[in-house]
Amino acid sequence: MSDLTLLTLLTLAQARDGLRAKDFTARELASAYLTRIDQSATLNAYILPTPEIALATADAADARIAAGDARPLEGVPIGVKDLFCTKGVRTTAASKILGDFTPSYESTVTERIWQAGGVLLGKLNNDEFAMGSSNETSAFGATINPWRAKDEKPLVPGGSSGGAAAAVAARLACAATATDTGGSIRQPAAFTGTVGLKPSNGRCSRWGIVAFASSLDQAGPITRNVRDAAIMLQHMAGFDAKDSTSRDLPVPDYEAALSGDIRGLRVGIPKEYRTDAMPAAIDALWTQGIDWLKDAGAEPVEISLPHTQYALPAYYIIAPAEASSNLARYDGVRYGMRVAGKDIDDMYAKTRAAGFGDEVVRRVMIGTYVLSAGYYDAYYVKALKVRRLIAEDFTRAFTKCDVLLAPTAPSAAFAIGDTEKSLLDMYGNDVFTVPANLAGLPAVSVPAGLDENGLPLGLQLIGQAFDEAQILRVGAVLEQAAAFNTQPQDWWSA
Amino acid sequence: MAVDEKLVRRVATLARIAVAEEDVPRLAIELSAILGFVEQLSEVDTQGVAPLTSATGDTALRTREDVITDGGYPQEVLANAPVRDDDYFAVPKVIE
Repeated sequence: MSDLTLLTLLTLAQARDGLRAKDFTARELASAYLTRIDQSATLNAYILPTPEIALATADAADARIAAGDARPLEGVPIGVKDLFCTKGVRTTAASKILGDFTPSYESTVTERIWQAGGVLLGKLNNDEFAMGSSNETSAFGATINPWRAKDEKPLVPGGSSGGAAAAVAARLACAATATDTGGSIRQPAAFTGTVGLKPSNGRCSRWGIVAFASSLDQAGPITRNVRDAAIMLQHMAGFDAKDSTSRDLPVPDYEAALSGDIRGLRVGIPKEYRTDAMPAAIDALWTQGIDWLKDAGAEPVEISLPHTQYALPAYYIIAPAEASSNLARYDGVRYGMRVAGKDIDDMYAKTRAAGFGDEVVRRVMIGTYVLSAGYYDAYYVKALKVRRLIAEDFTRAFTKCDVLLAPTAPSAAFAIGDTEKSLLDMYGNDVFTVPANLAGLPAVSVPAGLDENGLPLGLQLIGQAFDEAQILRVGAVLEQAAAFNTQPQDWWSA
Repeated sequence: MAVDEKLVRRVATLARIAVAEEDVPRLAIELSAILGFVEQLSEVDTQGVAPLTSATGDTALRTREDVITDGGYPQEVLANAPVRDDDYFAVPKVIE
């Protein structure tokens, strides 16, 4: 790396402070990232870099800094998952069906980041419509994990926010915006040694984010560390009248919440998360995590979430049901791809067959089926009832503890194109992350160690609704104890 | 629940996806596997449990005044249309 590209090693907090201290300019910082992005095309993390926008915004940031008028994220380079609509910048959800869709509006979350002074580096790869756990369902091809084991096989970065996680891990973005419907922020964060935060449903506006399953979707950041996640959330969160599920609650100062003091905190350990299939390294890391929090003065408490095993099957009814409804809008009429047909129904069907990838077709069909006459009660309503039981499990647990600690994912990153993996194995990736989505709770994945192959593993903290400050506070303690500071070796630069 | 090829075609029609005939057997297997997996929910006693439709609990959705708050820019609305005619989205003829 040249001296200039060394700037990409700074955390968001360091970059922010360095910019304000005029140690370097926003243009230098943005250029450093753009150079690294250019050198890192192999990873396929960005599906649309936006260098002109980045440099123009960086120049504007430098002018504000010079004028003593810097906003909180002034000049900080950010990558954006391609699920967020960006005004005048192609937004595809990594699906062919959106074609060259170029929104004439900006998502609320990204608008807030730009209003705080953030600089757009480009749009990041993801699984098509955020449906996947490996980033392999993207119409733009898989993103490659910057981490790899000794056998040097290309690994997945997780999904669906695989591009965001890979970009932050490979130092191709200071931080990234992502979305999480069943684990799409936390699982890729765990696979790439980054921090991934899914806020409570209703904390960040969904307006302008391509919808997958609206009662489960939530935007959040992927960052280098917990402090950066707190800073990002600060500028993503908040009430928005344009999202009917946005909650009008005060947004606390998340960075100030990182007191490091967790004495007397009760940490719930959900016994149902300990399965026979869990790899030894993950089991050991979880135990280690409990000890770290105990050493910091917290009190571990075993708790029970009896309906845990039903979270995944409930999710695989509810998410496809909502997806089939949300994706009905891709009909070749108002935007994106159109394939001509002999009549309008034929046009819809041909457009959707040509535009949707295999995983999206599967989920739309499952969703259509479970919502169809005669099956609605047996599948969809049944799943919603189980969803309530899962949410009530958490409510009961939180009478005995303040936060929950569990692994983020049941494995480390796996190989791209692993044909040994069945469809249901793939769905199993979300086993520890889905319950928080069903219950609407905030959760954060913190990198906590490496497995026997040298690949990162994450631990997850789940908090009470709208108490992101608590899980960030505990996350920072966990992070400090784990002292995870390994970075992937750069094998990919061209 | 085993999904047969006839059901695959029916669901494909409902979903407005022109599934290719050669993909039908594969989809029958895949959809059967998924539905087989979710079948385990039938073990759960949900007698008297109300469905939970929202992740923000049972809070009622906000409503607002029923007034126009947006619009008046057809060029932006139509900017991404695959086919347009003046200020309209154009589609194949619907009425015979």
